[in-house]
Amino acid sequence: MWAFALRRLLHTIPILFGVSLIVFLLVQLMPGDAADILIPPEAPPDVRAALRAAFGLDQPVYVQYALWLRRLMVGDLGVSIFTNQPVASELFSALGNTLLLALPAALLGFSLGVALGMLAAFNRGRWPDRLFSAIAIAGVSLPHYWVGIVLVAVFAVILNWLPAQGMGAGGVPTSWAQIQHLILPVATLSLIPMGVVSRLVRANVLETLSQEFVATLHAKGLRPARVLLHVTRNAAPAALALMGLQLGYLIGGSILVETVFNWPGSGGLMNLAIFRRDVPVLSATILVLAAIFVMINLLVDILQAVIDPRIRR
Amino acid sequence: MPKGNRQRLCLLGAMSALIVGALSGPAAAQGTLRIAMTASDVPTTTGVPNNGFEGVRFLGYTAFDSLVLWDLTHADKVADIKPGLAESWSQNPSDPLKWTFKLRQGVKFHDGTPFNADAVVWNFDRSFNKDAKQFDPQGSAINRGRPTYIADKGYKKIDDYTVEFTTSRPISYFPYVLTTIFFVSPAAFEKAGSWTEFAKAPVGTGPFKLENFKPRVSVDLVKNADYWDKGRVPKVDKVVLFPMPEANTRLAALRSGQVDWIEVPPPDAIDSLKKAGFNIVSNSYPHVWPWVLNLAKPDSPFKDVRVRQALNYCVDRAGLVSLLSGMAEPSVGFFKKSDPLFGKPKNDYTFNPAKAKELLTAAGFSQTKPVKAKIMISTSGSGQMLPLPMNEFMQQGMKQCWFDISFEVVEWGAMLVAFRNEPTASQSLGADGMNISLVSSDVSMVVRWFYGQNITPKGSNWGHWVNPEFDGLLAKLEAAKGADDFKTSLTHMHEMLVDEAPWLWIVHDLNPRAMTKKVQGFVSAQSWFQDLTRVSLQ
Repeated sequence: MWAFALRRLLHTIPILFGVSLIVFLLVQLMPGDAADILIPPEAPPDVRAALRAAFGLDQPVYVQYALWLRRLMVGDLGVSIFTNQPVASELFSALGNTLLLALPAALLGFSLGVALGMLAAFNRGRWPDRLFSAIAIAGVSLPHYWVGIVLVAVFAVILNWLPAQGMGAGGVPTSWAQIQHLILPVATLSLIPMGVVSRLVRANVLETLSQEFVATLHAKGLRPARVLLHVTRNAAPAALALMGLQLGYLIGGSILVETVFNWPGSGGLMNLAIFRRDVPVLSATILVLAAIFVMINLLVDILQAVIDPRIRR
Repeated sequence: MPKGNRQRLCLLGAMSALIVGALSGPAAAQGTLRIAMTASDVPTTTGVPNNGFEGVRFLGYTAFDSLVLWDLTHADKVADIKPGLAESWSQNPSDPLKWTFKLRQGVKFHDGTPFNADAVVWNFDRSFNKDAKQFDPQGSAINRGRPTYIADKGYKKIDDYTVEFTTSRPISYFPYVLTTIFFVSPAAFEKAGSWTEFAKAPVGTGPFKLENFKPRVSVDLVKNADYWDKGRVPKVDKVVLFPMPEANTRLAALRSGQVDWIEVPPPDAIDSLKKAGFNIVSNSYPHVWPWVLNLAKPDSPFKDVRVRQALNYCVDRAGLVSLLSGMAEPSVGFFKKSDPLFGKPKNDYTFNPAKAKELLTAAGFSQTKPVKAKIMISTSGSGQMLPLPMNEFMQQGMKQCWFDISFEVVEWGAMLVAFRNEPTASQSLGADGMNISLVSSDVSMVVRWFYGQNITPKGSNWGHWVNPEFDGLLAKLEAAKGADDFKTSLTHMHEMLVDEAPWLWIVHDLNPRAMTKKVQGFVSAQSWFQDLTRVSLQ
């Protein structure tokens, strides 16, 4: 088991290296650099040249990349060219804000998804199946930024129950005032995981239910609850893999939902860094998000192996 | 109704009331004005704001002062300059390259240290002296990027309250270019040790003190009761600024009571906001939304002045204004028609397809041989208004005067990059023009956009319109001794800009803001900048 985990952990190193290289090269494809965006349109060429030199933007790409890697090795993520703030503080504060949304959204989306999927599967062909499947399909199909705008219009503008935007005082919520700020964005964000998890759980449970061992369990006289446990355990690995991916997407931050709710998360930070050509912020953000994504999937792999001994072999 | 059901219903009602009560937004503290900006981030707090002129509006003149300030007290005339941290200034009559500025005495930074000539020199070193320990690469790039580079030749202390600047050529409008350099406390920087740390607790001399800076979330401007100009001590206790780039989010924040004031409400929401009891404040300001025409491209149809004039006769400006719910005014020149500097040009551009076709016929075009041109437009951007629908509206209207216009749509950053490069460079993507909104506040802007020696990449004359007569008038203006000489030259120059039409004049923005009825006392100055000190809350 440990050898399996270690092997998977080692696999992440070339993946992250590749991601960082691709990010660095992709940024070069955009017209201009951070200096172009920062200085006023009428700035003379020598001013631009001085700023580019100050941040090493005048060096060849491979030199910039090598310097960046060297700093990364000692844990230095650099300084934002645009704001002059350390990238680490900008990134980790944005990531913290995103986690505030992503974790409750994942919890809500996954639990609703599993519950609706199972209920649909066990009531196959009857009205609960049709109803829950319709909800799941709506969750996947409705553009979530549109749902966000509708929720804001109804609950913030018309009813004035909840704030329309922002995160209030921020940080881990300790009061109603702060929790209010979470409700609409979390509800919006949970729609997609709810929908996809529900669809997959339904399909997997139905497939498992059709297998012969389930008939055998019933024939052995097992109580329905025990049968359900066996079915769940067999259907779980695929659902877990999907949840891992979904959690990764959520932590990556949704640019659209963060924009609608003016939430200062990692998706917005990345978006801003792209428009500003702020390479230090962009590279670090993508690298850290990729690392988180890979780690979550590693954890899911290990969990799957724990649940299903066939995977370990 | 059975008793049990009734009880349950009462309980449900009580719970709903509780939820509604608990969930309704917290009331704003008395005296706190909350403003949603269009910026994506809190502009830099170190006294050199990024995020363009919106940054200067909210994080410049609020917490800091410049030697020369804008007089933002009038709504009925274009804002002009007034003494700020300098009480007076004069150009040396025997050596017009030299300017002497007398500093205001008794001004203190928010940390109690005095503002004096040493502080001025220290602050200029921040931007202009690479070897100074306070040298700030980003701040320098922004400060030197504006026309303040004219002060490159030197600045020095004469005595504790006198400073002398030397410009590289005689410039009669030099005080205007000092309006965007702000002064911070050298002692506070020494204490902080770096600009990164200084940004967390910045210290200036302005009517507000900056506190509670949360990147990408908000920043507080707290009233400075000891401000040196007693007439501009803020009426509110605190202003909280929120970056909110998405127009619909700003709108929802205003309508749900989370903010008191939003910058640039979407035009299609203006009517409903008015009906819902919000105030829409708008006014003329020196902003122009043109097409900057490319005269350097060998096959550009706009090399011919008749084509440029025909284009100007082929814009339905009234239609555009209506498209924008009245939040713009027609532009038929760089300055507004009501401005005395507008002059009396020969061409009065109205929507006149017949006149346009007459000019195009003379230039060799016809219905079967229309003028084909590609214009670079952006999806959004600072001051860009609604670039996509506005340009599409014009494109439709221009068909009837034999203009076949196509668009190269880019994001704002790509447009800025193109604007900085040669109009024939690959970054310009073969465009014959560029729809970029620009500042038209004063004569220094005329120099920036139209001076023959300022063609890209050296300066910002992207279209490469060069006219020796115009440049001659500019030389006369820069050396002008009296206000009359200055105005005569500038008026004549403006008449040339209208008749020669290096740009397609389209509209001037009206700078709309929406605010609740609680917000009182705001005067919408004809400027990119506004004075928040006069605003109060009822």
